[in-house]
Amino acid sequence: MQVVEPKAGLGVAIAATVKRDLTLMLRRRSEVINPLVFFALVITLFPLGISPDTELLAAIAPGLLWVAALLATQLSLDTLFRGDYDDGSLEQLLLSPQPLPALVLSKVLVHWLLTGLPLALMAPVLGLMLALPVGSFAVLALSLALGSASLSLIGAIGAALTVGLSRGGVLLSLLVLPLYIPVLIFGAGAVQVVILDGNAAPHLAILGAQLCLALMLSPWAIAAALRISING
Amino acid sequence: MWAFIHKLGSPKWFYAISARLQPWFWALAILLLLVGSVWGLVFAPSDYQQGNSFRIIYVHVPAAILAQSCFVTMAVAGVIFLVWKIKIADMAAAVIAPFGAAMTFVALFSGAVWGMPTWGTWWVWDARLTSMLIQLFLYLGVIALRGAFASRDSGSRAASVLALVGVVNIPIIKYSVDWWNTLHQPATFTLTERPAMPVEMWLPLLVMVLGFYCFFIALTLTRTRNEILRRESAKRWVRELVAGTARRG
Repeated sequence: MQVVEPKAGLGVAIAATVKRDLTLMLRRRSEVINPLVFFALVITLFPLGISPDTELLAAIAPGLLWVAALLATQLSLDTLFRGDYDDGSLEQLLLSPQPLPALVLSKVLVHWLLTGLPLALMAPVLGLMLALPVGSFAVLALSLALGSASLSLIGAIGAALTVGLSRGGVLLSLLVLPLYIPVLIFGAGAVQVVILDGNAAPHLAILGAQLCLALMLSPWAIAAALRISING
Repeated sequence: MWAFIHKLGSPKWFYAISARLQPWFWALAILLLLVGSVWGLVFAPSDYQQGNSFRIIYVHVPAAILAQSCFVTMAVAGVIFLVWKIKIADMAAAVIAPFGAAMTFVALFSGAVWGMPTWGTWWVWDARLTSMLIQLFLYLGVIALRGAFASRDSGSRAASVLALVGVVNIPIIKYSVDWWNTLHQPATFTLTERPAMPVEMWLPLLVMVLGFYCFFIALTLTRTRNEILRRESAKRWVRELVAGTARRG
């Protein structure tokens, strides 16, 4: 008997994965909103803990916003593969005839769309509250949008490595946070440079370069890590 | 050539070969470390600016060099394990990780001790110090990940993947931290730029570096042998070996 292959190409598979993940995430709104609330909450803590002095806050705002956004992204990573791992659909993903790195990339894309991008759009509002100069808002949002895509990609490696572990939460931070440092440096640097009336283009270019590198390499690492987690 | 590598990949063969190599490396390590420390700590001239405190260099620099070599070695072992499934490579990687972390810590600690008399502070957010600290975290991550898995094979493979990801990232981290530091505090620490070292100073340093490497190789061989015995304890040759030594002992 001849097995009839469904005429689904790679494009269809990617579109289906994206659509499925988007639908799932949008049905669990709280999971999308929680990182944003966390972001706002952490930013609220800093003026309370340090000082309400606007000049001081404006000086440290780029770093605060970036670190808080980074932690918010990091906390949302655990859900990236967890649901699929628990209900077995991750195994179906691994068994599919399409290349796993491409499918994984579409899952990461959804994660970025629903975490990194909203964080980037929300950051200027919090920047306003931290007395960040208005002129730096565009660069803040852009640097976060670019940088958080790298964060999602790098973080997904850690999430894939720890998805099989029942209590991987703290371990995940331990694995992922050191790898976030280059993105943090250039992301916060871009905003800092704008405040000092400099040109942020080099910083943004390097953030873009980091994203290219992460796009190129991390899907393979994520795929390999998922295979390990499923077998173990 | 390939036959040799395959033989080396077999734990039994490795156990036999390393038994012959290991005394040489231990002897060489002890000899070099003794000569290097006595030469460096007693006979080398003291620095005209820093006095005797500069002698920390004879521990600090070898440890720092080794800390980086260990990470690369661990990643290479990880690739060998992932691609060719050679178990010995993974045993070596498992053994190297704590040693590398220890060396990173030694480099950081001796740096702090050296920093106090020279810079007047234990810690500065200097580019090299910071990237060393991040490297320590990477080591701890690899060790923690390996230990977190219930199945040893999964833990090994996960640690190998992470070591690989880390080794790709280390140059990027180094580069960005360098950039970050020059951005924030331009060249505060010209004190670190000593005049080119005279021969009497760097020769003992070279001896110490070689000594540290020999110590690393010797320790890795010995600990890998222990790891072989532990992991292969169900195999017949290990049982016979243990029974044999027990009878003789």
